[in-house]
Amino acid sequence: MHEIVAVATKDLRIEWRSKVVASQVLPFAVIVLVLFGLALDADRGTLRTFTPGLFWVTVLFVAILAIQRSVAVETASSAFEALRLSGAAGWKVFLGKAMAVAAQLAAIEVVMLLGVIILYRTSVADPMLVVISAVAATIAISTAGSLYGVLAVGMGVRDTILPMLLLPILAPVLVAATRAFDDALNTAAVNGWTWTVMLACFAVLYAIIGSVAYAVVLEDT
Amino acid sequence: MEQETQRPAVAVHQAVVLLDRFPALAELDLELPAGSVTLIQGPNGAGKTTLLRLLAGLARLESGSASVLGYDVVTQRRQVRASVGLLAPNAMLYEDLTITENLTFWSTLAGTGDAAIEAALDRVGLAGLAAQHVSTLSTGQRRRATLAAVAVRRPRLWLLDEPHAGLDQAGRNIVDAFVSDAVDAGATVVVASHELDRVRPLATHVVTVAGGAVRRCERVAAAPSRGEDQPRA
Repeated sequence: MHEIVAVATKDLRIEWRSKVVASQVLPFAVIVLVLFGLALDADRGTLRTFTPGLFWVTVLFVAILAIQRSVAVETASSAFEALRLSGAAGWKVFLGKAMAVAAQLAAIEVVMLLGVIILYRTSVADPMLVVISAVAATIAISTAGSLYGVLAVGMGVRDTILPMLLLPILAPVLVAATRAFDDALNTAAVNGWTWTVMLACFAVLYAIIGSVAYAVVLEDT
Repeated sequence: MEQETQRPAVAVHQAVVLLDRFPALAELDLELPAGSVTLIQGPNGAGKTTLLRLLAGLARLESGSASVLGYDVVTQRRQVRASVGLLAPNAMLYEDLTITENLTFWSTLAGTGDAAIEAALDRVGLAGLAAQHVSTLSTGQRRRATLAAVAVRRPRLWLLDEPHAGLDQAGRNIVDAFVSDAVDAGATVVVASHELDRVRPLATHVVTVAGGAVRRCERVAAAPSRGEDQPRA
């Protein structure tokens, strides 16, 4: 367990020092929300109706940046090679890195939620559903993202291919998270808890697949 | 333990390693006893770095066999990697972390504890810069910090790729002391270097590599360890 915490702490400490997420990724998220608002401002009802989808599409864009940053931390100075030499179990490194990405995404989502409440005049009908569905979706995104990030490194391809690899895999998460938020923000008559259970299943599935696959990439290449 | 000292620390037979279809190692054979210090010499492109990477479990073996400390580099790669310490030209340090934070991270993954960190910092002469970010260090200081990062893992096989490069005289002496200390502690050391005059006095074996194969392997006078240099009571 202390290896997982060590990897997560290391990544978060690097982010805290470099301020890449705070100074670049977070402003990007806010700008995207503002642009969506400007594009749909003619019809505020439409904007409110589409808030869940706009929110999670923005989270996916932000997640790609955060994951690319997470990968870049390891590829710079050949640290990824040092990780391979560390003898640490691949699944522990994977969970540590996914935890760090999830923590950063969660912080950004809090700011974004405040943003849609202020900019889009959205109201939260079910705060508990918002929190739980967001946690499940964030875990699913960060685990799938951390896996595909290291796969891109292992394949020796440029990190610009990451969106093409990652976005199709995260499409089901986008749909489920949007539906859950539809219920939580009262923008559509759906059962958000059913979609949240589906999100939790995605999170568990991606975490298991990621742990196994990351171990293969880290230890067998 | 006795069995381990009798078994060669490194045993490579007919090893072929390809780099983009180019045979960086071409049916290379090599056996090194435990506790030895081996100088790997040869021209640029001879395969010295690839050989070290093979022994570290980082290079893919196309054919032949290789074992390190009794572990097969193909089927027991994780054990191999956990047992070796590779000092490579790249820093392998996180720029935004301090030296201490880097060493703590690597020692945590290796499970060696905090005691090794202070000792390593003292030995490389960076105790006074321990709280400094790696991004602010000079090339030589980074090299020393990387050496400390390797040391905190307490490897049983040290693989040093051009360890004296970028170091001043004091730094070079520190590298030499690390080699002697490692041997005293029962480890095996393999050094790939162009600085033959510097490494030869430390070496017990000299291996000449060219074209991805061993051209010559000779045993030279056993290098005195620091422990043996010290007067006996």
